[in-house]
Amino acid sequence: MIQMVAAGLSCLGFIAVSAMFLIWLERKVSAWIQNRLGPMRTGFQGALQPVADTVKLLLKEDIAPQGIDTLSWWLAPFFVTVPSVMAFVTIPFSSRWIPRDLNVGLLYICSITSVCVLGIFMAGWGSNNKYSLLGGMRSAAQIISYEVPLLLSVLIVVMETGTLSMQGIVQAQHGLWFIAKPHLALAFLIYLISATAEVNRVPFDIPEAESELVAGYHTEYSGMKFAMFFVAEYTNVFIVSAVATTLFLGGWQGPFLPGVVWFLLKTYGVISFLMWMRWTLPRLRMDQMMSFAWKVLTTLALVNLLVSGWMMVR
Amino acid sequence: MNQEELIINMGPQHPSTHGVLYLELKLNGEIVLDCKPHLGYLHRSIEKIAENRTYTQFIPFTDRLDYLASMNNNLGYCLAVEKLLNVEVSPRAQYIRVITAELNRVASHLVAIGTFAQDLGAYATPLFYAFRDREKIVEIFDEICGSRLTYNYMRIGGLSGDMTAGMDKSIKDFIAYERKMLVEYNELLTYNAIFLARSKNIGILPKELALNYSVTGPNLRASGVKWDLRKDEPYLLYDKFNFEVPTGIVGDAWDRFKVRLEEIAQSLRIIEQALGALPEGNPISKVNRVFRGTGESYMRTENPRGELGFYIVAEGGFNPYRCKIRSPSFSNLAVLPELIKGLNVSDTVCVLGSLDIVMGEIDR
Amino acid sequence: MQINDILQKIKEKFPSLETVALPNALVIPQSSLFEVAGFLKNEMDFENCHCITAVDRKDKMEVVYHLYSTCNRLMLTLKTIVELNDLTVESLTPFWKSANWLEREVYDLFGIKFLNHPDLRRIMNPDDWTDFPLRKDFKRLDFIPRPQTMGLKG
Repeated sequence: MIQMVAAGLSCLGFIAVSAMFLIWLERKVSAWIQNRLGPMRTGFQGALQPVADTVKLLLKEDIAPQGIDTLSWWLAPFFVTVPSVMAFVTIPFSSRWIPRDLNVGLLYICSITSVCVLGIFMAGWGSNNKYSLLGGMRSAAQIISYEVPLLLSVLIVVMETGTLSMQGIVQAQHGLWFIAKPHLALAFLIYLISATAEVNRVPFDIPEAESELVAGYHTEYSGMKFAMFFVAEYTNVFIVSAVATTLFLGGWQGPFLPGVVWFLLKTYGVISFLMWMRWTLPRLRMDQMMSFAWKVLTTLALVNLLVSGWMMVR
Repeated sequence: MNQEELIINMGPQHPSTHGVLYLELKLNGEIVLDCKPHLGYLHRSIEKIAENRTYTQFIPFTDRLDYLASMNNNLGYCLAVEKLLNVEVSPRAQYIRVITAELNRVASHLVAIGTFAQDLGAYATPLFYAFRDREKIVEIFDEICGSRLTYNYMRIGGLSGDMTAGMDKSIKDFIAYERKMLVEYNELLTYNAIFLARSKNIGILPKELALNYSVTGPNLRASGVKWDLRKDEPYLLYDKFNFEVPTGIVGDAWDRFKVRLEEIAQSLRIIEQALGALPEGNPISKVNRVFRGTGESYMRTENPRGELGFYIVAEGGFNPYRCKIRSPSFSNLAVLPELIKGLNVSDTVCVLGSLDIVMGEIDR
Repeated sequence: MQINDILQKIKEKFPSLETVALPNALVIPQSSLFEVAGFLKNEMDFENCHCITAVDRKDKMEVVYHLYSTCNRLMLTLKTIVELNDLTVESLTPFWKSANWLEREVYDLFGIKFLNHPDLRRIMNPDDWTDFPLRKDFKRLDFIPRPQTMGLKG
């Protein structure tokens, strides 16, 4: 019992620290890309900036606009944050560090992260703001469409390993990471693109679309509720990168260094790649993004699934 | 199913309405059915102020019209008054006018490119690149005339001061630097697949419509009309320089972007030639600060955003009797509702960004 | 083609018309502005209505049109005198769409009404305002016109 509480608390602590670190990292990476310095005043290289931001957000007045749908307005931040925290249950940080190695771990992660879209849509619907509504609508359409290629690409890994347990998948990559095999490399590509769309990042940040919808579904949120959306966003980024690491990049496996270090190195590598994309590419349009999901990615994932299945039974 | 129209008030506080423009969009889902622009949030009645200032006193107010191209506004106003009074301007002053006006055109186009990419969702990176380059021009201006945004540099009959020593070297350095950077813009934006998908064939402005709406500047040239006042009705010294007039083919958002990018290269060419031929002499204006004028004059100059016209009526007083400012952005914005009908909200932002308006000169 | 040729053509087309050629402008009576503008647009290739503005001459108002022909590279200034008791001009929006906003601006700042204009609202000032700021007799408590001095104090 105590062990479980301790594991839960340390997980929560890790999530908070990781989100803060990611926020700092994003600001530094973007500054580096844009010939700026980024935050410099708070601590070494502005390392305490996220702390200052968090304190500011905690102290801010919690504003609720007129005419909101109270229930969905209040519940939306929780619906966004809680699933992303729950997804940590089956992330294998090392051979021993895993909150719980479910035998349906992958299925669990995929299903629990999909709940996020509900929260985003509730936020868009409840805010009584037209920009938020448009953002929520876009988000629902986007996340549901990109779920399909995402799952299809994940399915190839399951076919390869024959298990849904995250530890099982990592152990199956002993010696050779899955990304080294061509059909799984393609699956990795599809997964990465779909995952970018899942977590609403550029070039798929259409639900937020700062230059079009101001801030999309979280336009009206302020203070702690906004902080929850923010934390959820960065936690989700961490999760999709962690899943990518686990499924395709060998998870915690690697020579010399301990498993946790390898896992975090790989995960932050994937995150850095996502950040690089975010600060370089323009945004796609809604219809272009949808047709890309259904016409290109889903087709590609299906063909990939078919071909690799055929290779396996042959 | 009962379909309702959604009315969205885009602006006056919105990240990508380029100031304080307020668009009333009527949407069906995300498709724009109708668009009604509302102006006037920046209206300072500068034309009335002109009637209450002497001719020279009004020059700083022209800075506040198109605040991204203050030099060009100064130039347009001074040329109009000089046309009214038939004032001769010394050759050195004319050359420096060409150099500063073209440098400011480069600066203004850089902002246009950066903000357009920002509107397409490239988070701030192209904008920062553009401002990094613009900073170099702004520093040159700071050295020449002591300010970074509102220059108030030109005077009727000349300039307020000579170019400081060593300036031509830093301008030459900038030209060499910017030529390298133009390649980078092409790599980062122009042929990026997402950028192309977002801006190609969006907001097509046909030639006839552009002329009928009196659209001018890069927007008109992007529609395939080879029309540039510097070439077709040369004022100042523009007939002495070699430069091309870049034009687009279809007149979509991408063409407008591309024309601006190419114009930067042409402006650099003009600056290089002007620097090479810069004569000695005294460019400082010898005209009295206060004078009377009679008659009327209409002078058009090619601003970065199009044709800026000053219509000055003088009735013998110290002040202009009437000063009408024909601002290019005003006419360029008028065409927006025609362009975005049937497109969606994302494209609205794209088209608005590609028209490159400055509210300071629309509202005046 | 020069401004004199244009004047000649207009004389031929509208013999009854009395035009006065200023150094660089044509003055056309209020009543025949629409016809002349249509003629200039359709037959003289003035495809560009560059600028519309007005000048308050205290006892009357002038509406000034700057038309431009890109193929002839010719700018023509049309002027129409309107009396203060009848501040109306025919709108030129059927010929040039750019006239739409430009006429709204003149209406907003001078109070000259454009007949048959599709959307004659104030464009810059608030809709419920009643003043016309660019008129010479415009007065407000917080706006005192500067005296015509050398620009110095006093």
